[in-house]
Amino acid sequence: MLPIGHYLFLGLALFIIGVIGVVTRRNVIIVLMSIELILNAVNINLVAFSRLYGDVAGQVFALFIIADAAAEATVGLGIIIAFFRNRETVLADEMDLLKW
Amino acid sequence: MLDKVIFYFFAGIAVASAVLTVTRRNAVHSAIFLITALLATAGIFLQLRAEFLFIVQIILYVGGIMVLFVFVIMLVNLDVAVRQIQFARQKWVALVISLALAAQVGLMFWSSGRMPGQGLPVLAAAPADKLPPNSEEVAKSLFSSYLLPFEIASVLLLVAMVGAVVMAKKRT
Repeated sequence: MLPIGHYLFLGLALFIIGVIGVVTRRNVIIVLMSIELILNAVNINLVAFSRLYGDVAGQVFALFIIADAAAEATVGLGIIIAFFRNRETVLADEMDLLKW
Repeated sequence: MLDKVIFYFFAGIAVASAVLTVTRRNAVHSAIFLITALLATAGIFLQLRAEFLFIVQIILYVGGIMVLFVFVIMLVNLDVAVRQIQFARQKWVALVISLALAAQVGLMFWSSGRMPGQGLPVLAAAPADKLPPNSEEVAKSLFSSYLLPFEIASVLLLVAMVGAVVMAKKRT
């Protein structure tokens, strides 16, 4: 079998790509998709360590993370719909209602 | 050998489509590449013998969450957003800082693999004729040790559902 470093580096690569998407994109929907990528990278790490130690607790936590991702996506997309109805934009740097 | 081929196949698809997700101009293309990345991750889960998570990943992530994303992309009219500048003004600073973070964590993995006597552990090969029943073990762990977090997750999903309905409904 492979050393666990392969899986850790894969998780790291997906995590960093997700972080780059979150901090550089203007479109809020793509920012939310990048957050899904980040959560997915964490899941790879958890499942790899679960496989390494032969303990299913890592897979259970990955299930909780998937449930959290579903909750985050529904609330985030609801916020996007409400915001689009008010301001007709999905760009993050035009969401400046709380800026003085 | 076959392990390596399978791993690099799925990992290559996952990383390439993640990069395309972040860089595409059209949000629908991003969503489709994200679906590809999630399916490749499901393949990695299957290789790690997490069969239940493999199915959950496909049914819940690809079948549920991504349909929700595509649905919202259709609702929100993006014709204007496609023609505007896609990246924020601080993109170069953000890129450099993210890559510095990647270099730090990667250096940590690399140096921990190089230390004498304590290289990165290798996953033990499971016997091919007698695999542990994955779904049963996940269910046992989920409904015994992690029953309280399970209930809290269900409350969280209920709250998220109510929140999404309240947020998205029309003000009358």
